[in-house]
Amino acid sequence: MKFTLSWLKDHLDTDEPIAKLADKLTMIGLEVEQLDDKAKLLAPFTIARVISAEQHHNADRLRVCMVDTGEGPPVQVVCGAPNARAGMTSVFSGPGTFIPGKNITLGVGSIRGVESRGMLCSAAELQISDDHDGILDLPADAPVGARYADWAGLNDAVIEINLTPNRADCTGVHGIARDLSAADMGKLKDPGIKQIKGEFPCPVAVKIEAPELCPGFALRLVRGVRNGPSPQWLQQRLAAIGLRPINALVDITNFMTFDRGRPLHVFDAARVTGNLTVRRGRGEQFLALDGRTYALDDTMCVIADERGVESLAGIMGGEASGCSDATTDVLIESALWDEIAIARTGRKLGINSDARYRFERGVDPAFMVPGLEMATKLVLEMCGGTPSTIVVAGKAHGDDRVIEFPIDEVKRLSGLDVPFIEIKRVLGHLGFIVAGKEPVVKVAVPSWRADVHGKADIVEEVVRIVGVERVPLTPFARGEAPRKPVLTAIQNRTRRAKRALAARSMMEAVTWSFVAKAQAELFGGGDAALSLANPIAADLSDMRPSLIAGLVTAAQKNADRGFADVALFEVGQVFKGDRPQDQFIAASGVRRALAASTGSGRHWTGAAAVTAFDAKADALAVLIAAGVPPAALQVVPGGPAWLHPGRSGTIQIGPQNVLGHFGELHPRALEALGAEGPLVAFEVLLDRIPDAKAKPTRAKPLLELSPFQPVSRDFAFIVDRAVKAADVVRAAQAVDRKLISAVGVFDLYEGKGIEDGKKSLAIAVTLQPRDKTLTDQEIDAVAVRIVAEVAKKTGGVLRG
Amino acid sequence: MSATFNLQDELLRQIAAATDEAALEAVRVAALGKKGSVSALLATLGKMSPDERKTQGAAINAVKDAVTAALAARKETLKSAALDARLARETLDVTLPVRETAAEAGRIHPLSQVTDELTAIFADMGFAIAEGPDIETDDYNFTRLNFPEGHPAREMHDTFFFNPKEDGSRLLLRTHTSPVQVRTMLEKTPPIRVICPGRTYRCDSDQTHTPMFHQVEGLVIDKGSHLGHLKWILAEFCKAFFEVDHVNMRFRPSFFPFTEPSLEVDIQCRRDKDEIRFGEGEDWLEILGCGMVHPNVLRNCGIDPDIYQGFAWGMGIDRIAMLKYGLPDLRAFFDADVRWLNHYGFRPLDFPTLAGGLST
Repeated sequence: MKFTLSWLKDHLDTDEPIAKLADKLTMIGLEVEQLDDKAKLLAPFTIARVISAEQHHNADRLRVCMVDTGEGPPVQVVCGAPNARAGMTSVFSGPGTFIPGKNITLGVGSIRGVESRGMLCSAAELQISDDHDGILDLPADAPVGARYADWAGLNDAVIEINLTPNRADCTGVHGIARDLSAADMGKLKDPGIKQIKGEFPCPVAVKIEAPELCPGFALRLVRGVRNGPSPQWLQQRLAAIGLRPINALVDITNFMTFDRGRPLHVFDAARVTGNLTVRRGRGEQFLALDGRTYALDDTMCVIADERGVESLAGIMGGEASGCSDATTDVLIESALWDEIAIARTGRKLGINSDARYRFERGVDPAFMVPGLEMATKLVLEMCGGTPSTIVVAGKAHGDDRVIEFPIDEVKRLSGLDVPFIEIKRVLGHLGFIVAGKEPVVKVAVPSWRADVHGKADIVEEVVRIVGVERVPLTPFARGEAPRKPVLTAIQNRTRRAKRALAARSMMEAVTWSFVAKAQAELFGGGDAALSLANPIAADLSDMRPSLIAGLVTAAQKNADRGFADVALFEVGQVFKGDRPQDQFIAASGVRRALAASTGSGRHWTGAAAVTAFDAKADALAVLIAAGVPPAALQVVPGGPAWLHPGRSGTIQIGPQNVLGHFGELHPRALEALGAEGPLVAFEVLLDRIPDAKAKPTRAKPLLELSPFQPVSRDFAFIVDRAVKAADVVRAAQAVDRKLISAVGVFDLYEGKGIEDGKKSLAIAVTLQPRDKTLTDQEIDAVAVRIVAEVAKKTGGVLRG
Repeated sequence: MSATFNLQDELLRQIAAATDEAALEAVRVAALGKKGSVSALLATLGKMSPDERKTQGAAINAVKDAVTAALAARKETLKSAALDARLARETLDVTLPVRETAAEAGRIHPLSQVTDELTAIFADMGFAIAEGPDIETDDYNFTRLNFPEGHPAREMHDTFFFNPKEDGSRLLLRTHTSPVQVRTMLEKTPPIRVICPGRTYRCDSDQTHTPMFHQVEGLVIDKGSHLGHLKWILAEFCKAFFEVDHVNMRFRPSFFPFTEPSLEVDIQCRRDKDEIRFGEGEDWLEILGCGMVHPNVLRNCGIDPDIYQGFAWGMGIDRIAMLKYGLPDLRAFFDADVRWLNHYGFRPLDFPTLAGGLST
């Protein structure tokens, strides 16, 4: 919403400086987005006459001008404008002036060896138009020495407020003035609107066929008008807020729109056939005043005559019946439109008109007829003519709203003690009527405040006008609740997972929650229920079933930028369905090229490309950090289709609870993602981690230390290549769970010396005696059982 | 006598001449071994007269002692020299680079770090952390929050929708974290104190908007919390978060469907070329929206607005992260460019705490 200071002063009797008014507007909820104080900005620019303009001796395009500024001796100015000539009147600015269009402050300069003590200015340099073809060429009678802005009428400050959608009443200057008057910034000028007597009955009847879209409609004819340019003051006013003056009749409707928040429409009566009907669209093509054709449907409201649609109700008039300079009889329409329908139609057709802006917020229903009267008065003043009576269809008022308001509600919600007398004063200025005595009064809401429904709304009115700054900061007691952790299990897991992965030299990425459909499908998603109806881009269309697609893509982008060895992770939501319980928190990571977990990049100590074991180590680290007991984790070969079938694993706590997967990316998945390997990845779901059992005490179980030294024995087994190390380890462990405290794999060998299809796997078994030192015989006996058990379970034989 | 002395001289000379431990051992064996020259002399004592033994014995033992001491000294010298020689050989080029510590190389995204900072501050004030799903119903995202059907305020949200289901309903991606407030109010009985951080979505994209962003909202419902408390909490938060002794804040009336009265909050700052400083300067910077929870919202969530009251606020985590840490471009948050992460990210051990400092 844009307006000028002088326009505001038509409605507000005030001497407050513009800066103070602007501040107050912001502080009562009408946030000033821009204050363009042209008077201040243009004050140093004065009207001057060019006495002489000689060719610069050292530059073809420059002229050396002697300028009469109306004060003191002539000033020498070097000017590059092609239109600079002796005798012309233009605009001068001296050294020290800030030139808004160039964003510089002028100094005394020397241009190609000639001193220049100022500047002759173009319209663009003053930021009053885009015209920078030459310096301003003013009429010869422009008073030399006078301020240019004063003479040109450009000194009106333009204020733009960022209007919140609830304040329909402030889509007009009058409403803004009312708010300011309530905030003690002056007195509201509200002389009232006189009825204008109709000289003859309105010959055009109105029928509302769609009352749900049009609660009320008022119309009058003015005969014998002379249309043409509107008066200077009106043109200037409209131009100042960026509207193009068209003709008096149209300018009047625009004036009413901004002055009163009351959009009107004017039809050239000669181009309207028969009576008017307000009805739904019927699939017509409609040529609107903006020169475009729109396809209308039955959700839209139109005003039609006997020929067809003449106006898109409340949004834009039609070309066919628009007013021109030739118009002699004018039909003035003032109507009420359903806000939601207006918003929907405007959106559908992509029309953002000043009328739509107001009608979708809701205009004052009680002002429908007075608005028409006021417009009639302006038409008669500017264009003459004879008015008809007014025909009204539907309602010309809204519903009365009276709110039972306990006075202490202000204090209850705001903490601010406002005396009743002040509450009454503020509400009164805003047009509310307060009746009754404390503690509970009746408050009647003015017709223009459709946003006020209840007690809290009235509190807001009072508080915003008396000033939110008056609300005292009140310490918020923490209370005596015990200091317990506030994070849930999954929140704790999430934050621990992030730190654990970052501590493994990985960088945390945050990637889009949506991916391309093909990518979603690659990771088991792509369900229609998880496809967006209106994606922002084709490759951001489906909710991600996995974080891997985003991470692989990101890793590849880094590689393309020259950073090949990247380790990225993300801990975030994945979607397996559209219900809340289908959303999980995944922790995932990718490592590319030489970004191994033992160190990234080439190094003199040796460097290795990433392997599935890097991803396995990451996956286990994150699970353990998130609270899984390490002993509970099982790793079994194989994984989902996006992983290399022979170089991937699944991490589970028993076959029923799969926590996640790790491995080398499947070459086909890499290709589909447009990425190059080597690239390994893991993904685990943190929600799948079982909750730890609640313990009655934080004390750790007692440490039991054996006084006897542990004994370690090494065994190397020849087993089939397909035999899993975990099975060998488990077989050895199973021999005596009490005595065997650890089994480690310390060597793996395939190749020369080992039969094809076999491998040598060496384990170290630690025996921890509890109650006596073991004899050699006892140790040997265990060793024999280990060899036998491994042979039985895996077919392994001791390496000779 | 002189033979004894000659022997001693000779042995001491040999000891001094020994250049390694093996040579020295040979001298020792030749002197003190079973068949050694000094042992041989000692053996002669038995055949001597007592007087002779007395004088000779002392002399021979003196030789033995001298030789023994010299051997020990020489051994120590040689050992030390051998060690010196070994050490002289054992050199490393210590300027060779070592692998970077993993915990120094890894990075936490600014969004996670700032979320941890928020958590630390609000947990200290007694707030719990609430979360909810990203895919929401129209009811929770709009209707219960007092957005009337078809109202322009709904359209301002640029909502991402899913395709309609058979029953005509359609799910959407939450446009703010407020549905978490709805869920919290429906599940819990007051008093309620929660913050709701999370991912939010609007189909909007330019330099300052991304289709996905992050918000944190706060909600307090009880029987007495009012705007004064809200102002205090937000002031405390801003001081703690921006790590300054004081901030100037401006509360401006505004409009949100779900609060009444509604306020927007600006903080005063000084903006220079590359940095923003809070607690000084002339500029106002909008950082959040807040207000008293609208009675309709309370009612829609099963809470009687005449008994309970409370307030809520919401702000962009991305935005306050940008402000605090001087991150210039929102879009870079979601690019996963390792150069950006390395520069703007945080080390995993830089865990924000109130005791240790949020960012120190």
